Amino acid sequence: MEAVGLSGITKRFGTFCANRDVSLSIRAGSIHAIVGENGAGKSTLTKIIYGMHAPSSGSMTIKGQPAAFSSPRDAIEAGIGMVHQHFMLTGGLTVTENIMLGQERQRAFGLLDTRTSAERIAAIARNHGMEISPDTPVRELSVGEEQRVEIIKLLFRNADILILDEPTAVLTPEETGQLFRTLRSLQEEGKTIILITHKLDEVLRIADTVSVMRKGEIVDTLPVPGLDKQSLARMMVGRQVLLRVNNPPAQPQKVVLDISALSLRDHRGRLKLDNLSLQVREGEIYGIAGVEGNGQSELLELLWGMRSRHRKPEGRITVDGRDVSGMTARDIAGLGVSHIPEDRLRHAVIADYPVPENLIFGRHREQRFQRGAGFNRAELDAYTREMTEKFDIRYDPDPALPISRLSGGNQQKIVLARELNRPGLRLLVLAQPTRGVDIGAIELIHNTIIAARQEGIAVLLISAELDEIMTLSTRIGCLYGGRIRHEFSDDDVIRGRRNQREFEQEIGMHIT
Amino acid sequence: MQNTLRKALKPLAAVVAAMAVSALLIMAAGQDPLFIFTKMLRMTFGSDYGTGQIMFRTTSLLLTGLAVAIPFRMKLFNIGGEGQLLAGACAAAVAGIAVPSWLPSPAGIAVAAAAAMAAGGSLGLAAGWLKVRYGVNEVISTIMLNFIAQAAVSYLLTAHLAVPSTVHTPDISQAAVIPAIDDVLGIWKRSPANLSIVLALLACVTTWAVIFRTRAGYEMRAAGINHEAAAYAGIRTTWYQLGAMAAGGAAAGLAAANLVLGYKHSFEAGLTSGLGFSGIAVALLGWAHPLWIAVSALLFGFLEYGGLAVNAYVPKDIFMMVQAVTIILIVVSGIRK
Repeated sequence: MEAVGLSGITKRFGTFCANRDVSLSIRAGSIHAIVGENGAGKSTLTKIIYGMHAPSSGSMTIKGQPAAFSSPRDAIEAGIGMVHQHFMLTGGLTVTENIMLGQERQRAFGLLDTRTSAERIAAIARNHGMEISPDTPVRELSVGEEQRVEIIKLLFRNADILILDEPTAVLTPEETGQLFRTLRSLQEEGKTIILITHKLDEVLRIADTVSVMRKGEIVDTLPVPGLDKQSLARMMVGRQVLLRVNNPPAQPQKVVLDISALSLRDHRGRLKLDNLSLQVREGEIYGIAGVEGNGQSELLELLWGMRSRHRKPEGRITVDGRDVSGMTARDIAGLGVSHIPEDRLRHAVIADYPVPENLIFGRHREQRFQRGAGFNRAELDAYTREMTEKFDIRYDPDPALPISRLSGGNQQKIVLARELNRPGLRLLVLAQPTRGVDIGAIELIHNTIIAARQEGIAVLLISAELDEIMTLSTRIGCLYGGRIRHEFSDDDVIRGRRNQREFEQEIGMHIT
Repeated sequence: MQNTLRKALKPLAAVVAAMAVSALLIMAAGQDPLFIFTKMLRMTFGSDYGTGQIMFRTTSLLLTGLAVAIPFRMKLFNIGGEGQLLAGACAAAVAGIAVPSWLPSPAGIAVAAAAAMAAGGSLGLAAGWLKVRYGVNEVISTIMLNFIAQAAVSYLLTAHLAVPSTVHTPDISQAAVIPAIDDVLGIWKRSPANLSIVLALLACVTTWAVIFRTRAGYEMRAAGINHEAAAYAGIRTTWYQLGAMAAGGAAAGLAAANLVLGYKHSFEAGLTSGLGFSGIAVALLGWAHPLWIAVSALLFGFLEYGGLAVNAYVPKDIFMMVQAVTIILIVVSGIRK
């Protein structure tokens, strides 16, 4: 039986065509992956199925019935549920309250019946191997747990078609495994799962069928058994991509970043960084592997001179021998440090500003961009042209277009272009540089990072993607509980790369 | 382009709708709306004196509008225009009286206007400082500062400044008087319009240029849109919060130049009544954009004086209602983008 049938769906935004003549049949009870680069139209397509957008033309059937949704409410009624990339939960309410929100079963004039709902939630969770305690406030949950709450919310509302948008982007490898077991269990119960992703390994691991999208169209829909990563990647980007970047041996020189015995407690006295020491040298990439929440954010904030509610740190951070404690972000940048924060939209760009204004954001005090009290428009335009060309940033040439309208990959390329181009760059601090970025852009970003290293720049890379850490790093530090629990030397890493699986497991042991 | 057009059409539609409401009210008051509107137009833009009156009111509103619009760029809501204007008016009078009459006029005006801006600006700065240092919501602090300014100014006036047994100060020195348009250009005869309008327009254009054409404006807008990202880019966001509040207060204070230096030539109780609050409406209608504010100030100036002009036929309160309805419609259409 068919769960979702799309025929000839086209969606236009103004003159831009996000989906062109998309026809697709999703079998009931299957796990159907939709893959494609950022901006390929995956999100638009799922938003159409979920009733958030109305198609410009074409028709849709749900479980054989013609359907035309005018809002997500209609879709929910038809048994469709969606887990968005950004969770829609209220931190102060408990798990049960969040799940009940909008679905309150009320005794007439009485109190909310939380007890029954909590029991039902616990039962749903148990049946599908999800650990969750219904009475915990959501703000105390980890990202992985929040995602479970979102999934349970859909099941609580009796959804039988589940759309998950990039569900693994925020998960640790272990959490990903757990999520996949849950998805399998849901499938056995007859649920249909639509999985939006650009991680091809995951498609091969979990999906039954895969549809590849490119430039708003469906290139092909294929059964997963018998497919391999290379051919899938080729379909996605329309050209042969290197899935392994070329990483020549590094020639590290003198130490640039020296962190010694760094300890930090938060305002409640909990230890966030525990005697952490590491050194990054010119011409090497030091990768920090670790599950999120083991001190990454705290380390990054200290490296960038961000004030927070934490207590005063102990230990020392020096860049080229100069102590950065007490320095502001501006002072630190002045030492030749570039920082690419993990949350682009929140920390690295001004979403309402157009591309050129974002390409100088944080570097706008440089002499070359100034003219009088304002900016040198001609210089700015020339610089924008140079950067967009060099980093293959693709966007609508309308100069007033805000950066929020660009795909995640292109936004990240803008940040990268800006930070790598900083004059006198000595140290590059990268946090999750390819999160939410498509394969084509990942390749370019990885090559750029290696090129920077080759020029003698010291790189500190923090990533939740073990793949990325293993591919790029010269040395790897395993972060656990706020300290480097184990460090792999250059030789270890080179040896490890020859046997990826085993190396991955070895790193995994040190970070969990 | 299409977006700008739509953005401009919305306030226009709101104004038209509000006029329709006023037509209904006029009918309810037993008058013919067409007659009233014609009368109103003839007595405002249709007459030399009426135009001058509108310009006089527009000048004040332009500045109190800026007082709200500048902090709005930093997501700060300055409700304190009233108190800032009052403090400015009092300071302008004190400085204007103190200025020796042998001083050349531009210098005398500059001193008195600077005193007004400093007084209004420090009230704004105080609210900004409470926000930055202690996290006090600026809406609350500016309202409280309004009360403080009102009480302090009224005490100063009755106890120290006023001419005995009156509620006004002595006249300011001739050197601090801003000449009337009538005296300079010979138009808008006998109306209170004075050269302050040049100051107001200058303030407007300068604000626009600073916000949209300078690096400081670039940093300020960025800090207003995304506080955290601005901090990551090394922008000192608290400075901009302080600066925006101080600049807003100074703009409100400058409106005192129009009232005290240009029109009354003294300070009296009740001189500023409500202008600070109308500024909120002016800023909202003008999307907190310095240039659009000029247009919305003109509209409000017209409604204010127009209402007075036809007061003999229908109560002027009808046109106060029109102002309020316009704002509500704007806010509603703004929410439903």
